[in-house]
Amino acid sequence: MVDLLIYLAAALTGLALLLALYRFVKGPSTADRVIAFDVLTIIGITAIALLALLEGRGIYLDVALVYALLSFLGVIVIARYLERGL
Amino acid sequence: MTKAVSLFAVFALLLLFWVLLNGSLATDVLLVGAIAALIIAVLFRRQLAVVTEFRGTPQAFLATARYLVYLLKELVKSNLRLAGIVLSPALPLNPGIVKTRTRLNSRMGRLLLANSITLTPGTLSVELDGEWLYIHWVTVESSDIDAATASIVAGFEQHLEVMYG
Amino acid sequence: MESLLAPLGGVLLVAGATFLLLGGLGLVRMPDIFNRIQAGAKATTLGTLLSLAGIACLQPAWAAKLLLIGLFILFTNPLSSHVLARAAHRGGAEKSPLTAVDRLAEDQRGDQA
Repeated sequence: MVDLLIYLAAALTGLALLLALYRFVKGPSTADRVIAFDVLTIIGITAIALLALLEGRGIYLDVALVYALLSFLGVIVIARYLERGL
Repeated sequence: MTKAVSLFAVFALLLLFWVLLNGSLATDVLLVGAIAALIIAVLFRRQLAVVTEFRGTPQAFLATARYLVYLLKELVKSNLRLAGIVLSPALPLNPGIVKTRTRLNSRMGRLLLANSITLTPGTLSVELDGEWLYIHWVTVESSDIDAATASIVAGFEQHLEVMYG
Repeated sequence: MESLLAPLGGVLLVAGATFLLLGGLGLVRMPDIFNRIQAGAKATTLGTLLSLAGIACLQPAWAAKLLLIGLFILFTNPLSSHVLARAAHRGGAEKSPLTAVDRLAEDQRGDQA
């Protein structure tokens, strides 16, 4: 029962990833792509945490934490770059 | 807060972070964490405004708890409203950027205010200019400064005012 | 206790994933960059928090680390959305024709005049 719910959550998360990916590919502006990238990474963090749960490996959570840190910095840097005008 | 108290608060917070990260209270873990936390606390004691600008009175702690409860409540509310908008075929939008004003003076208070506004129903902080906040609103109810301030800013401001001033 | 925690975790996980999906849907359906950021910022924050809470219910030993990730996301996600929105506005991003008012653009024109 609970396993089923976990798989359902994983499927929904995967679908969310696809939708964000559509926006990432479609654009049309650079800012649209950056926000899509931001959403992709946040969903990715959930996906990594889900993977940790399914595989039973707590160490994956450290990956998720570092990924959260790096993606935040990445988005900030890209946004600053956009502000200066591309 | 006084210098010594805020230094200790930064140290304690960093150590807590370290213990949570490690998930263990073994002596060697604690020792390494304490040394690292002390070095960081001394080096960056002025930059960590989250702690140094915090009032530290009992009322401030109470306001923090109230603020967190209010924030989570608003976050859930905002998501349900957003879900309603996204799922309706007509996509009922009336977007616009309105101007609001805040009473908060501290940098940290304003930062948390802007952050909270982004998480509340249908609003997103776009630009901060001193006491003026420009906010993107999915369904603009009023473009008047005072009316917009009352419905967007006031709820968080009352808690943040006690916490940071 | 054990028997209650696991189903609760499962339900939280599905609820979180549903909000993530709604965020993705909002990202696709919304007409302009600001509305897309709105959908992206809110839905993913709550979606991730709920998912992490669900995992914490299923694996109580990981609760501390999940709490750290959750707090980090709660603070950084609105920040990056704000910075992006500012960059988009300064870059003169296209606004949906539905947009009723833009006080920021009005004030900026006022400053230049």
